[in-house]
Amino acid sequence: MSQEKKTGPNRALVARAVRDAFRKLDPRTLYRNPVMFVVEIGSVFTSLLYAHALITGAGEAPAPFILAIALWLWFTVLFGNFAEAMAEGRGKAQAANLRRARREVGAKRLAGPHRDAQKSEAMVTEVMSASLRRDDLVLVEAGDLVPGDGEVIEGIASVDESAITGESAPVIRESGGDRSAVTGGTRVLSDWIVVRITADPGETFLDRMIALVEGAKRRKTPNEIALNILLAALTIVFLLATVTLFAFSSHAAVAGGQGSPVPLTVLVALLVCLIPTTIGGLLSAIGIAGMDRMVQANVLAMSGRAVEAAGDVDVLLLDKTGTITLGNREAVAFLPAPGVTERELADAAQLASLADETPEGRSVVVLAKERFDLRGRDLQGLGACFVPFSAHTRMSGVDVDGRMIRKGAVDAVARFVVEQGGSVPREVTAAADDLARGGGTPLLVADGRRALGVVHLKDIVKGGIRERFAEMRRIGIRTVMITGDNPLTASAIAAEAGVDDFLAEATPERKLDLIREYQQQGRLVAMTGDGTNDAPALAQADVAVAMNTGTQAAKEAGNMVDLDSNPTKLLDIVAIGKQMLMTRGALTTFSISNDVSKYFAIIPAAFVATYPELDALNVMRLHSPQSAVLSAVVFNALVIVGLIPLALRGVKYRPAPAARLLRNNLLVYGLGGLILPFPCIKGIDLLLQWMGV
Amino acid sequence: MDALTLTHYAVYFALLALLAVPLGRYVADVYEGRARFAQRLLGPFERRVYRLAGTSADEEMSWRRYTFSLLVFNLAGALVVYLLQRWQGALPLNPAGLPAVNPANAFNTAVSFATNTNWQCYGGETTMSHLTQMAALTVQNFLSAATGMAVAVTLARGFARRGVETLGSFWVDLVRGTLYVLLPLSLLCAGLLVSQGVVQTGRGELAAELVEPQAGVPLQTIAIGPVASQVAIKQLGTNGGGYYNTNSAHPLENPTPLSNLIQVLSILLLPAAFCFAFGRLVGSRRHGWMLFAAMTALLVPLLLVGAAAERAGNPALDGLGLDQSAGNMEGKEVRFGVPGSALWAAATTAASNGSVNSMHDSFTPLGGLVPLWLIQLGEVVFGGVGSGLYGMLMFVVVAVFIAGLMVGRTPELLGKKVEAFEMKMASLVILVPAAAVLLGTAVAVSLQKAAAAAPNPGPHGFTEILYAFSSAANNNGSAFAGLDATSTFYAVALGLCMLVGRYWVIVPVLALAGSLARKKIVPASAGTLPTDTPLFVLMLVGVVVLVGALTFFPALALGPIVEHLRLSAGAGGAP
Repeated sequence: MSQEKKTGPNRALVARAVRDAFRKLDPRTLYRNPVMFVVEIGSVFTSLLYAHALITGAGEAPAPFILAIALWLWFTVLFGNFAEAMAEGRGKAQAANLRRARREVGAKRLAGPHRDAQKSEAMVTEVMSASLRRDDLVLVEAGDLVPGDGEVIEGIASVDESAITGESAPVIRESGGDRSAVTGGTRVLSDWIVVRITADPGETFLDRMIALVEGAKRRKTPNEIALNILLAALTIVFLLATVTLFAFSSHAAVAGGQGSPVPLTVLVALLVCLIPTTIGGLLSAIGIAGMDRMVQANVLAMSGRAVEAAGDVDVLLLDKTGTITLGNREAVAFLPAPGVTERELADAAQLASLADETPEGRSVVVLAKERFDLRGRDLQGLGACFVPFSAHTRMSGVDVDGRMIRKGAVDAVARFVVEQGGSVPREVTAAADDLARGGGTPLLVADGRRALGVVHLKDIVKGGIRERFAEMRRIGIRTVMITGDNPLTASAIAAEAGVDDFLAEATPERKLDLIREYQQQGRLVAMTGDGTNDAPALAQADVAVAMNTGTQAAKEAGNMVDLDSNPTKLLDIVAIGKQMLMTRGALTTFSISNDVSKYFAIIPAAFVATYPELDALNVMRLHSPQSAVLSAVVFNALVIVGLIPLALRGVKYRPAPAARLLRNNLLVYGLGGLILPFPCIKGIDLLLQWMGV
Repeated sequence: MDALTLTHYAVYFALLALLAVPLGRYVADVYEGRARFAQRLLGPFERRVYRLAGTSADEEMSWRRYTFSLLVFNLAGALVVYLLQRWQGALPLNPAGLPAVNPANAFNTAVSFATNTNWQCYGGETTMSHLTQMAALTVQNFLSAATGMAVAVTLARGFARRGVETLGSFWVDLVRGTLYVLLPLSLLCAGLLVSQGVVQTGRGELAAELVEPQAGVPLQTIAIGPVASQVAIKQLGTNGGGYYNTNSAHPLENPTPLSNLIQVLSILLLPAAFCFAFGRLVGSRRHGWMLFAAMTALLVPLLLVGAAAERAGNPALDGLGLDQSAGNMEGKEVRFGVPGSALWAAATTAASNGSVNSMHDSFTPLGGLVPLWLIQLGEVVFGGVGSGLYGMLMFVVVAVFIAGLMVGRTPELLGKKVEAFEMKMASLVILVPAAAVLLGTAVAVSLQKAAAAAPNPGPHGFTEILYAFSSAANNNGSAFAGLDATSTFYAVALGLCMLVGRYWVIVPVLALAGSLARKKIVPASAGTLPTDTPLFVLMLVGVVVLVGALTFFPALALGPIVEHLRLSAGAGGAP
């Protein structure tokens, strides 16, 4: 998504939020927020008291005072609504962008699959995208918009996915493998593909994404519900404290023989000041903003629950390739067998790799050229036959001039050598083991029954990743590297990258078992994945981030999608989840500790007629009872506005142990919340005095 | 504060910790069935009780069955107490020929003793027959205490167990608590008290010749009886009250400084020991110390404030030329003075005990505010046996929740995730007694007759009513005195407050225990909020104080606070 959204609210956004703030006064929606609902009832009640005072001419308090209180109570509700509207506004703006991508487009439906590149015009029917259903086949050619979510079953094309990801570089989509998923609304730039539609209209990825960023389907998260219960309980406590205060004050007035019961206006003002309006007003804004921060990080969380769970994660399962190491291993050395020259080995390795399009294969060719200036050869001309890599054989190679050159995993190629009647010299296996122990990947090269030697492939650990893992360890998160490598190699890379543990020779089943095992221990597991074989593990993990480049199955199984397809982002996701919870906790603490000052403002003012002695509690020396009450109410309303930026941005998060975080936040939001209102209320009181209230 | 008083208090708390730690270990052993020595002695008897009741030591109950058994048992207990009072006129062991107690007061007393409140709206020796005293009241002294202990232990099991539905057996917990903890401790304590001269006899009264004979009064009758045994259990079981109407201010109930120390120690002994027992039961002794530290940190400053207020005396009396060098001595035993009285007042209201050795009504306004507020904090500063611990743990749950959010994780306590259900139950436990106090007081002051039952007008009378409802709803049972609480209104209203304050707390606590037992235990990591550190103690104390202050500040402002301000302004206060 574009970066400009991070630079503060623009005018249109604010104007829209103001409009929405009024719309949200509707009690049918506001009742879901018990704290603000009570404030709204208080606003209506004081407004009625004002009307009563105007009509009868003798209200229970001076009419202008009731009016001022009523107005500020309304402001309190509006400010809370405004905060929520602001948080939603950013999502809505984004949704509007996405909708543009969802517009109705034409589609070329195919009657049936066609196996060859010769497209027969007769089979194509022009339809609108809305009429496409699951399992329909469509042809998408260069310049066409992909009409719906689907899977490429034929062809290869470069696709511009910027409408979804904001990333302008085109990506390759091809049939088979893990890059087969296409998303509706993206544009094919070159070539053609046949897509099998996998989602009915209205259920596409884009539809879900729009609903998510708009917050239309936002449900309260478990933690939010728990917090709401606490806030509701506090509200009831304060409701009781203020309602019974009326009875107490009547009794005091009768027994003391002077004064009168507390005016209802003052009681309502006291109630609103005491109930946790700050957190109550900002709670949903914090949740929406948390989702929004995910979106800004280009991560789509399928639910707020997933964002919350991200903050709780104990264990991160990280794929080695792409996350911990740079995607590709590079060949760095040739280690020939005894009696074989390095050049001979390089020559064979190069031959075996010429047709190998994998980055590792290419790096062998590059190294051979660098070291011995071996040029590429025309394999076709040599009549060579390429043997592709398969997960089963775990080797690749070439048959040329009656030679069978193979390179691949040491045990696989060694078996091949033995099958051919040869044997692998002990020196070669020793060299391979040494490499593996050092974190390298040995690639055994053989020519028929002759083992020629080993190519040293090296993993390049990403810069800065070690520091990030140390950070994770500080906040109590365990990092586990998942790799297909053998345990020796894995442990060396694990040590270099600084992860806590590793799973070597990983298979989808072992990955799934590992997740279950951690969960059995009560831990929350997060992982990333892209392939179809990751889907079961993704479905099992508590926080499962699917790469946008991944297969449809992976995306369905995960509860987040990373549009940038950057597995390292898992670390950011955890931070965002934590930050959301921390913001809630900080504002709750702040809100509750604020109450102390409000008692000191309102209680002496409320009983000044009955018990003038209570003026001793007026530690702020507020100049009149009415201005004292009003100052407290005004502060209570303004503090919501003042904290909107914090609610949207989130409190500052630095990875640190829990005890230190608690101490810092208690100091800032607990002690700060206790002290700050005193000067603020005094300031408002002085201002009111200056204005002649 | 003089050095002697401070030393007095320091010695008290040191002794308390010294005794509570080993007792806590013993208590934990008892409920785990590992108290070998005691079981060898009393085991056969314990097993016979189970056989008679048709249960066994291995029986396990779900939280629902546990709760149901507890409620039925308590209901039956209350019913027995009620009926014995109503029929005592026709029953034996009634040498004074006392008539049946009226229904409202009988209800009040039945509820009061079943809920471990032991609020007494009657004068013991003139209302209850010996049979009622022994079979109804003393029996409940044991059983209501054992009930509270069972609930606390069950909550500890909820934390310790994982992924199970069951929480132990109420019958086993009840029997073990009574047989292995309360009975031996009371025997020991009674013996110590007898050694100090506390009366223990089967005789009813003693006739003594007057030192200064008066016309028409040939002899003075002195009420005596099995005092020591009853005092022992009422202190240990945080029941409260006393054999005599003036409780432990009476020289036959509390004759020596040592008997005073034994009694004031036994008030807090079991509640303090339960902190340590909890630590052992959940496998983290540090958590036991954390709870003990938090409770002590709450009690000590309040005790000092109370003692200082009493020490300063009554400014209104200064002008009259009265010697106040000993502090405010109205309503205090000269033997105990300000330090001994202030300590007892704080201990008896911190624990939900309620026995007194001085009259709280006669304290200075601030001196009286201390016991009142200690009760209003929800009886969590040591609190009742068992009930103080589970009450405090509810505050721990709330503190952990807020603190947990602040460190960016779903909050966990001892590895158990604190979620919506836990918050709901903890909120109920904190909310319900507070609501009963406020609503009860509001109703009472709004009814002309009920309000007039407090003879002192203005703030002091208001404080008396507030104190009565605070004491009932939090199951303390101490009375501020002054208030005439024998009317049907008070008997019923306070009885209802006691019921609500006991069972609307116990049921959510047991439900919470059930929910905790089902949960997994999340292993601790650097990201887990440590809940056994001084910082968390501070946080917990802050939450308890803030909730207590925010709930009751307006009411307190209209009672003791305004009274204090008047007094210091020289306007002439009530006492």
